[in-house]
Amino acid sequence: MGRTAVARVNSLAQISRGGPEVAEASLSVLPDAAKFVFRGRPSSWPVAAEAFGVELPQAVNRFSVKGGRKAYCVGPDEWLLEAVGEDPGEIFHKLSESLASHSCSLVDVSHRSDTFEIGGTRSEYVLSHGCPLDLSEQQFPVGMCTRTLIGKSPVILSRTERAVFQIDVWRSFSSYVWGLLDEVRREFPSRSRQM
Amino acid sequence: MLLIKCPFCGPRPEIEFAYGGQAHIERPKDPMSLDDEAWAEYLYIRNNTRGVHSERWRHINGCARFFNVRRDTISDEILVTYKVGEAPDAVPEKDRPTKGGAVR
Ligand SMILES: [Zn+2]
Repeated sequence: MGRTAVARVNSLAQISRGGPEVAEASLSVLPDAAKFVFRGRPSSWPVAAEAFGVELPQAVNRFSVKGGRKAYCVGPDEWLLEAVGEDPGEIFHKLSESLASHSCSLVDVSHRSDTFEIGGTRSEYVLSHGCPLDLSEQQFPVGMCTRTLIGKSPVILSRTERAVFQIDVWRSFSSYVWGLLDEVRREFPSRSRQM
Repeated sequence: MLLIKCPFCGPRPEIEFAYGGQAHIERPKDPMSLDDEAWAEYLYIRNNTRGVHSERWRHINGCARFFNVRRDTISDEILVTYKVGEAPDAVPEKDRPTKGGAVR
């Protein structure tokens, strides 16, 4: 079977170029990643964790990290598995072989979404313009992740550091979410890169 | 904005949820044995309760799971939320919304 090489273009490549530099809330596109949705019965969970090499958190809305790989628990029996900069084919092959005898589902969603980061002392404040959750550290600590809304778009929001959030958003909504947050942060003084 | 207590995620803003209709409607075990009237009853006929109503909700923009809610249709007060397969009366007092609907 012939194989056509198709270059993946990040959906945020265009809009993220040449924006202002705002120290209070910087926006940056994160590298492409292999992404999978895994759902299954409890007996399959340790098998998936072993094959992926990252512990699957049992607590809903928490994520665990190991190197460039992450496992986000986004529902009671549902995880988003993410491997930054890796080839989805290889990981999918390994996981599906290990899980062959288990009752579960594994879907490659690498091309569904792109991820960007908002960081800085006012990132919580900027996100709150579009996100209805209480983003205080008490209610949304480091290590938490969840599906939620930013404006009208569904996203997976996670807090990787006290002042850093990552936003995983479907490609067709990504420029909308980026644009919304970019507009909000323009109330802070900025140094334009292009001037 | 109303806060609804998802049994998996805890109190969350109402815009993350979708309404799923009346709860505890069981699909007939043998649909072929039903006449048209009984099948129509199963498909279309619902209560229009004035007072406490059991209904399904889905935390679509959260954990995405369906769960059940007992809600007073007069005051819009949510009395209890519980997982599918659980009995509402088994939910401990401390896990129920306070009087007036506030979520603990
Ligand atoms: Zn939930």
